Amino acid sequence: MLSFIGRSIIQKIITLFFVSIVSFLIIHLAPGKPSQVDPLNPKFTPEMVERFRKEFHLDKPLHVQYLLFYRDLFTGKTASWKDNQPVLRKIWERFLNSLPLFIVGTILTWTLSFPVGIRSAIFRGGFYDRSATFFSYLLISIPGFFFAYILIIFVVNSFHVPVIGMETFGIGDPSWFRWFMDRVWHLLLPSVLGATGGIAVLSRYVRSQMLEVESQDYVRTAMAKGLPPEQVHYKHALRNALLPFVTMFGLILPGLIGGSVIIESIFSWPGMGRMAYEAILARDYPIILTVNFVSAVLVLAGTFISDVLYMVVDPRIRL
Amino acid sequence: MNPEPTLEGPLAPRKTRLQESWHLLKQNGLSVLGLIIFILFFITAVIGLILTSGPDPVFDPSLVRLQEKLRPPLSKPNLETLQPDELPALGVYLFGTDDLGRDTFSRMLQGSWVSLTVGFVAVGISVLIGILMGGIAGYFGQNHIYFDHILMVVLLFAAGALIVVGAPSQGLGLLALGLGYIVYSLWTKRISEKKVLPIWLHVLHKKAFSVDTLIMRIVDIMLCFPSFFLILTVVALLPASIYNIMIIIGLTSWMGATRFVRAEFLSLREQDFVTAARALGVSDFRIIFRHMMPNAIAPVLVSATIGIATAILTEAGLSFLGFGVPPPHATWGNILSDGKRFIFDAPWLTFIPGFAILIVVLSFNLFGEGLRDILNPKLRERY
Repeated sequence: MLSFIGRSIIQKIITLFFVSIVSFLIIHLAPGKPSQVDPLNPKFTPEMVERFRKEFHLDKPLHVQYLLFYRDLFTGKTASWKDNQPVLRKIWERFLNSLPLFIVGTILTWTLSFPVGIRSAIFRGGFYDRSATFFSYLLISIPGFFFAYILIIFVVNSFHVPVIGMETFGIGDPSWFRWFMDRVWHLLLPSVLGATGGIAVLSRYVRSQMLEVESQDYVRTAMAKGLPPEQVHYKHALRNALLPFVTMFGLILPGLIGGSVIIESIFSWPGMGRMAYEAILARDYPIILTVNFVSAVLVLAGTFISDVLYMVVDPRIRL
Repeated sequence: MNPEPTLEGPLAPRKTRLQESWHLLKQNGLSVLGLIIFILFFITAVIGLILTSGPDPVFDPSLVRLQEKLRPPLSKPNLETLQPDELPALGVYLFGTDDLGRDTFSRMLQGSWVSLTVGFVAVGISVLIGILMGGIAGYFGQNHIYFDHILMVVLLFAAGALIVVGAPSQGLGLLALGLGYIVYSLWTKRISEKKVLPIWLHVLHKKAFSVDTLIMRIVDIMLCFPSFFLILTVVALLPASIYNIMIIIGLTSWMGATRFVRAEFLSLREQDFVTAARALGVSDFRIIFRHMMPNAIAPVLVSATIGIATAILTEAGLSFLGFGVPPPHATWGNILSDGKRFIFDAPWLTFIPGFAILIVVLSFNLFGEGLRDILNPKLRERY
């Protein structure tokens, strides 16, 4: 176990190293230079460009830039090129904004998809199963931005509540209840949108896992000896069907960062995805690279956690 | 005297493979629906390309009629204010007009070709890379890469980089060193069967890691990137063009196909028919493409069908954010993106492209699911 953990940590660090190189190369070898952002601006004299390039080490060769960038990143000194704010603090602020979306979305996904999937599996081929299948395909196929507009029209027309942004603009200093309800209304739509795809995929997955376990011999035996169906489904079958989902707890970690560029920009939600999008538009390389690096760390940490969890939960696995 | 056969000999299958597939598909009504929509979409896209391109297209998607803006679907054009050649081809704005008075129906036709090609080219690229990488990892995976080979590759890359950066003399020196070593090692291999490498090369000529490890680590590295964010970054940095989008979506989505092909190859190469083929002296190339690939292709086909749906969604998302195809050209994503400003006045500009994307993506997903059933050998009739 310990040797597995040690080996996999070393492997993940090597992977991370290559990820950092690849992302650095992608950004810096792409055509266009950040110092040429606005050649029409009269204030943007050649001396300014020169100072800018010197300030951010852009005049150094590529490998030196790489070393300097990651040295700055690990010492926390990396600064955004646009406003000279420390990148890590900016990301942390935006992360705190994205966190409620992520938490509510994850809770919705995990609490809704299990009942739907289990019920589909138990009544396989019935009306419920077929309509659940169709709806999950519908939800997988609908473009997020289109669904967002449908929901916005629906909610705004029928409930007359504002939904864009994190809170109503100029709400001032209302009573705490009104403030709370305002935040909830603003939170609801983006997190439902973030959860739809997840619900559709996860409920299909729950269904297929459950079907596989339900066709095992021991389930038939339990049925044959006359146990009540609830006990068979929920005690015998479900426990074993749940095994793979333990590992998926690790895999939701990367969702903390990616995922929601489009939804956050539709709802003007000042979260991570939107910051990354703005950084891409502004060619703010330090932010792009840091977001990329952090999300790679989260992916690797997620797979690591899921491997370890699997070993803890399933004694048959010995890596 | 005719001896009656006591046992029936092996019969030919009663149904051909195609008939049987069709029979399996028919049981799944949604998949048939998906297939029909897919064929209709294909025909629409091809017709759309023919009718909307050229110097004098039948449906002109970029003809601006400012006096006819935001007309609802099925409205008649105002004959008094329009020139005869500005009239829509059908005599009516089938899907209405947008804020510049352009005919949405023509624009949707033009966009359908974009969606179709993005889906197929991107998935084609990713499947090709996936088959190549997965095939190498699965079939040649046990071969080892030697330290000196890695060193040479690094040397040659460094030489190339130095020449590009602008130090040609050192670069050429490294290049000569690398090529010299390659020629030397090939020569020693060719001339003498037993290895007569000098002792200092023996130090380097050690097994580093297997080909399989190398390829699967590359897959791991690629999986670390958040895919939509990566695509967005690269698309934003590169000049806007539909071909860049296709290539980038293809280059960032081959990992699934690689894993499928590798897994299939790992189990297939241990099977008896592969051993038999090898014993007969069939070449590796023929074993891979004639014997193993047909058996390994099923999961790749299913994931490719669903991959087309994902690629169409990704392209629509990029167009929606304003990247990708430069403006006068219409895609479903940018029709929707332009139309969202008029969502309360002209909802058809949002709903028509939205439902079009939804229906096409849904049809690909449903058909992919049906394909999974067809290709599943457990569901086939046994003979």
